[in-house]
Amino acid sequence: MTTRVGVVTFPGSLDDRDAQRAVRLAGAEPVALWHRDKDLHQVDAVVLPGGFSYGDYLRCGAISRFSPVMDTVIEQAKLGMPVLGICNGFQVLCESHLLPGALTRNDSLHFICRDQKLRIENADTAWTRDYSAGQEIVVPLKNGEGRFVADEHVLDGLEAEGRVVARYATQGAAADGFGNPNGSYRDIAGITNAAGNVVGLMPHPEHAVEPLTGPTTEGLGFFTSVLKQLVNA
Amino acid sequence: MARVVVDVMLKPEILDPQGQAVQRALPRLGFDGIADVRQGKRFELELEGPVDDAALARIREAAETFLANTVIEDFTVRIEEDGK
Repeated sequence: MTTRVGVVTFPGSLDDRDAQRAVRLAGAEPVALWHRDKDLHQVDAVVLPGGFSYGDYLRCGAISRFSPVMDTVIEQAKLGMPVLGICNGFQVLCESHLLPGALTRNDSLHFICRDQKLRIENADTAWTRDYSAGQEIVVPLKNGEGRFVADEHVLDGLEAEGRVVARYATQGAAADGFGNPNGSYRDIAGITNAAGNVVGLMPHPEHAVEPLTGPTTEGLGFFTSVLKQLVNA
Repeated sequence: MARVVVDVMLKPEILDPQGQAVQRALPRLGFDGIADVRQGKRFELELEGPVDDAALARIREAAETFLANTVIEDFTVRIEEDGK
């Protein structure tokens, strides 16, 4: 049976089609999910894509978090279904309290769009098993509110439990994509929940899956990882 | 009609780059002597019924779950009297 990975479209989602394409290239069947439909249509995993859902009104992800589809996504995520939130999707996961912390305005106040070097810190989550810990990858980054914040206690907890999934790699030249682009605490680019099935990531692996359109194809691993996880489950 | 105002501010320990940008612009425009600026949000809620304890409790719940993200923001709820 083909693995089915749902991609939610909220009003204002931008990267839902790219996420669907990444799912297909990884060998799974993408399933379009609609924000007003509580039914997840028998998917095995869900991607919350990037964009500006509900125009980022109130706060990024704050209104999407209360959309009907999220009731089911939150319920299933707590039961272990793999969920990946990219960029705006990461913001939705934080607003949903599936992940701790919050994403706030970049410290520079600028919208940053560039190819970004990341270091995969945790290669044991549902979405990162095809990487190795310490591996560096380059994927596009594009955000205005991507600065991960949490109090020191939460940050220490994330570090101690190995729940930092990816960090902005800072040991190199900015021209090569190194550096913390937004002032994220402890250079955090992505985190996971305690069970490792829910991952939020600010940069965009779905834009780095084909040589024609991406800087690399190093983003594909997120999507092949979940496929393997589900096939072996 | 009764009005309840909810003010939402970033917590003091959370960096407010927008407030900082405003603060940096003030002296350039000749507004001196302002030591710090924090930028927040104000919500004005017009109630259909009276502002009683039950209504205020519901508004506090709305502020806590929706209007503010209490991970990074604090909020206050107050009643705005007529004519003010």
